[in-house]
Amino acid sequence: MEEIKDVVLSYVIEEYLEEDDEEIAYDTPLISGGIVDSFSMVSLKRFLENKYSISIPDDRATPEAFDSVNKIVTLIREFTG
Amino acid sequence: MSYSETIRKIYLDQIDQIKNAGIFKEERFIHSSQAADIEVEFPTGSSLKKVINMCANNYLGLSSHPDVVKAAHEGLDTRGYGMSSVRFICGTQDIHRELENRMTQFLGTEDTILFPSCMDANAGVFEAVLSDQDVMISDRLVHASIIDGIRLCSAMHDTFKHSNMEHLESKLQLHADKRFKMVITDGVFSMDGDTAKLDEMAGLCDKYGAMLFVDDSHATGFIGKTGRGTHEKCGVLGNVDIITTTFGKALGGASGGCVSGRKELVEMCRQKARPYLFSNTIAPVVVSGVLKVLEILSKSTELRDKLENNTKHWRKGLTEAGFVLKEGDTPIVPVMLFNAKLSQDFSKDLYNEGIYAIGFFFPVVPNGQARIRTQISAGHEIHHLDKALEAFVKIGEKYGILGLTKQEIIEKYGL
Repeated sequence: MEEIKDVVLSYVIEEYLEEDDEEIAYDTPLISGGIVDSFSMVSLKRFLENKYSISIPDDRATPEAFDSVNKIVTLIREFTG
Repeated sequence: MSYSETIRKIYLDQIDQIKNAGIFKEERFIHSSQAADIEVEFPTGSSLKKVINMCANNYLGLSSHPDVVKAAHEGLDTRGYGMSSVRFICGTQDIHRELENRMTQFLGTEDTILFPSCMDANAGVFEAVLSDQDVMISDRLVHASIIDGIRLCSAMHDTFKHSNMEHLESKLQLHADKRFKMVITDGVFSMDGDTAKLDEMAGLCDKYGAMLFVDDSHATGFIGKTGRGTHEKCGVLGNVDIITTTFGKALGGASGGCVSGRKELVEMCRQKARPYLFSNTIAPVVVSGVLKVLEILSKSTELRDKLENNTKHWRKGLTEAGFVLKEGDTPIVPVMLFNAKLSQDFSKDLYNEGIYAIGFFFPVVPNGQARIRTQISAGHEIHHLDKALEAFVKIGEKYGILGLTKQEIIEKYGL
């Protein structure tokens, strides 16, 4: 099974990066680094919920919890058990 | 005293930060009416300089048109200066409703409601028609006023990559479970001058049962064969559910805006939109001016045709001279310089040559995409454009960028 962190990383690259942007890594700050704006976070949340059949409550879907691929993976693991 | 020196210092430090970041905005005082030829005091206190204005939203040259000025005078004489009331108490005159009906007719919609500005229209419309059961899906380059309106609305918000229809479709699929889906875009994007793919967007909205919202502020009056806007150009007249637009650009350039579209959505704005409910509407003098503008535009396409020809002439001249332009066919013509400092130096040199055009750089445009944004008007004559072109070429030669590609300019000046 594809590693969660690779699924998240490729989604972020596909969804948010433009052609000229530099590459990102698992620990690159996404929101505080200006790559993902807080508006656009909603599609990432919905993608994860659909992909892993989970429901992330709004109060847990904070900019801090979504600030890197590693942090997102931690959050997903919490809800997938 | 509550405004202590400590508080003052915090603000002064913030203002210094803005200055140090090179994004401090200064006003230039114009001592004449808005037109192609203006007299400017800049820097403050200096003697007046006659310059050609290449950066106004005065697309049709109607800001100081004698017939519009005369109609405004008549409006002032017959309907007075102010209303001293919001619309639904005692702030609605017959001419306000007349302007709403005329806009409905002009845009080919079902109904229209006036707002003090298009900024206010965009701030109020989403909250009035959507709820937390719905989703707003906006182009990533929409105008700041739309972003503000979206922030005020409880509906979910998502974005799609600029003008990327595949990405938009994936978002419509992702949010298929929502009660209402509203796709949101500018008609003409103000920084790049490109046009939304409204025909494809309308098709996707049909396919996925979504509503289509267009801010046509940089299009109403001149885009499309008879100047109705982007929906006319794209062949989707009657298929856009909400159009917001302004009277502060092509339609006389004074102030005011509107929401025009489906009858029920407009009625919801009349009942719920806060900028409509809690502030005075457009002053009678301005309403009278805009009514005259619509009369002029409904009689003839002469002005938008002249604007189209001027735009072609300007684009052709710059292209042949070897400048890098943003592709497009609208009167917003960005001359790409990429480097922020170069854009500021270029603008300053243009001003010294008698040409008024502003350099834009990050954060107004993406990093590394600094430019001089030129805006063409039907108020320009060919001699204005030729003089401006002469200045552009002279300064382009000074900086050695004529004939260079994007990459070569970046190599020479950096990003």
